[in-house]
Amino acid sequence: MTAVIPDRMARGEMVRRRRLRPKRIALYAFLIATALLWLFPILWAVYSSLRPYSETQQFGYVSIARSLTLDNYVNAWSEAQLPMRFLNTIIIVIPALAIVLLLASAIGYALSRFSFRFNLFLLMLFTAGNLLPPQVIITPLFRMYLALPLPAPLSDNGTWYDQYFGIMAIHVAFQLGFATFVLSNFMRTLPREITEAALVDGASVLRTFWQVILPLSRVPLAALSTLLFTWMYNDFYWALVLMRSGDKRPITSALNDLQSMFFTDFNLLAAGSVIVALPTLIVYLLLQRHFVRGLTLGSTTG
Amino acid sequence: MAASTNAAGAAKRRRRFSLLTRRDKITLAVLIGVPAVIHVTLVWVPTICSILLSLTSWNGIGGLENIKYVGLDNYVNMATVYPPFWPALQHNLIWLVVFLFIATPIGIFMAVLLDKNIRGTRFYQSALFMPFVLSLAIIGFIWQLMYSPNEGFINTVLGRNTESNLISWLGDRNLNLWAVLVAASWRHIGYIMVIYLAGLKGVDSALREAAIIDGASETQTFLRVILPVLRPINIVVIVITIIESLRAFDIVYVINKGTNGLELLSVLVTQNILGQGSRIGFGSAIAVVLLLISLGPILLFLTRSYEEPA
Repeated sequence: MTAVIPDRMARGEMVRRRRLRPKRIALYAFLIATALLWLFPILWAVYSSLRPYSETQQFGYVSIARSLTLDNYVNAWSEAQLPMRFLNTIIIVIPALAIVLLLASAIGYALSRFSFRFNLFLLMLFTAGNLLPPQVIITPLFRMYLALPLPAPLSDNGTWYDQYFGIMAIHVAFQLGFATFVLSNFMRTLPREITEAALVDGASVLRTFWQVILPLSRVPLAALSTLLFTWMYNDFYWALVLMRSGDKRPITSALNDLQSMFFTDFNLLAAGSVIVALPTLIVYLLLQRHFVRGLTLGSTTG
Repeated sequence: MAASTNAAGAAKRRRRFSLLTRRDKITLAVLIGVPAVIHVTLVWVPTICSILLSLTSWNGIGGLENIKYVGLDNYVNMATVYPPFWPALQHNLIWLVVFLFIATPIGIFMAVLLDKNIRGTRFYQSALFMPFVLSLAIIGFIWQLMYSPNEGFINTVLGRNTESNLISWLGDRNLNLWAVLVAASWRHIGYIMVIYLAGLKGVDSALREAAIIDGASETQTFLRVILPVLRPINIVVIVITIIESLRAFDIVYVINKGTNGLELLSVLVTQNILGQGSRIGFGSAIAVVLLLISLGPILLFLTRSYEEPA
């Protein structure tokens, strides 16, 4: 019986495949066309970015390149002060990422391995918080940032407003929602016996967390890091509203300040866009599997 | 009866916690407390404050003692004497409808195609998903190269790039929302495709085989068998689509600060903070409208995720 079914299925598959041959070709043609259409805006930006301004002025942008140059990249890099803005992004995103992962693992562990009366309520709060549009909270948050005191090394004006710390804090608070949702769902699938055995053996709760649960959670943590890095890197809104100094804004928010400068020179615009897109594209191309896993962990479990 | 279950519950709890020392309990309190306080303080306290402030008038100048309770005045003003409100709401709804009925179905369709034992499926998936890793702000930049009236790709190819016959894709207030939606869908379709593809991979292939053997066509199999089985993923996709439509901000803001045909609720909220006369109560009222619309998908997602706690 068990031998018959796969056999019949395989034959059915073969028959179908032979019959659908022309359909199959149409499918591939459609997929290739769609893929190229999808890549086109990015490839077009790369192409435009490599062409000298004088040449595109003479022949237009839709023309065969006679010469290619990296000048636009050099100009965009220095004129738009991109190194400074990238540094701002790093100062904000790297600590925020580490803190989110640590805190989300902590609360995910506590809520998924131990039963408290408020477990469900807290998880719902985190999940709902992660879905709110940022504009729902921005007005009071903006006033809070102006009013909340923050001592000297973290703030140069005594408040949370216009500070790296403030942007980091809201990233942590906001992204905690998604990260907690994913991690608590994952940790719930780990066998209960693992932690109980560790506790019976006399390990403390903290040690069980650090030496048992965290190492077992490497897969979702890797997936979350790629996803959260991209989201924080790509954030435009928080630093637009909660910062005033252009030279402190991270790269994506700085696009708002660079708009007037870039929109007049399209070669520069193209080069600048490619430079800003590059970090996330590289992370994506290298770690694509983690990306997809992070998204599916966030949507299929629970 | 109630007393005995209570007692049993208590006993069970005691047993479970007998392994925990007092230090462990303090540890647990910290592990839960720190993230919870951060999240609640910076996300939920402002949400509640938005609701409360929407019932007041305050221009942000002076201390909290200048806050005056005005009832529903802000909402009445918003609906009657604030011109950008209805266009913004309408644009948000158009955004939502286009995402829900065009972009999302295309994403699902692509997922179904890519689920068919395609050779080189990784390439197609990577291409389609690539825009997802770009911010909508940078997408606004990249698409300028497509849409620019004189030098953009589209007008040049159409031969509409001379002063007499320009199409101003992003400047014409009857066109620009649709042009922006094309660029935003470019990103959204890949997002939906990836999530849906993961769902399709989880469908038991015996189910599909059975339907085909029973003589169902491919379309029938998808609509009658696969789609109902994927109900959990369908809900996620719908929730993501609605939330993304409400969050839309970056792309219209980098293009023209969300004016002249690109007004959105999110932009109006922000204008009331960054603009000249900051009207805290009024801005909060618009935020509450946004909150009310997002409550639908949020509750939908919560019931889906927690209706049967594992």
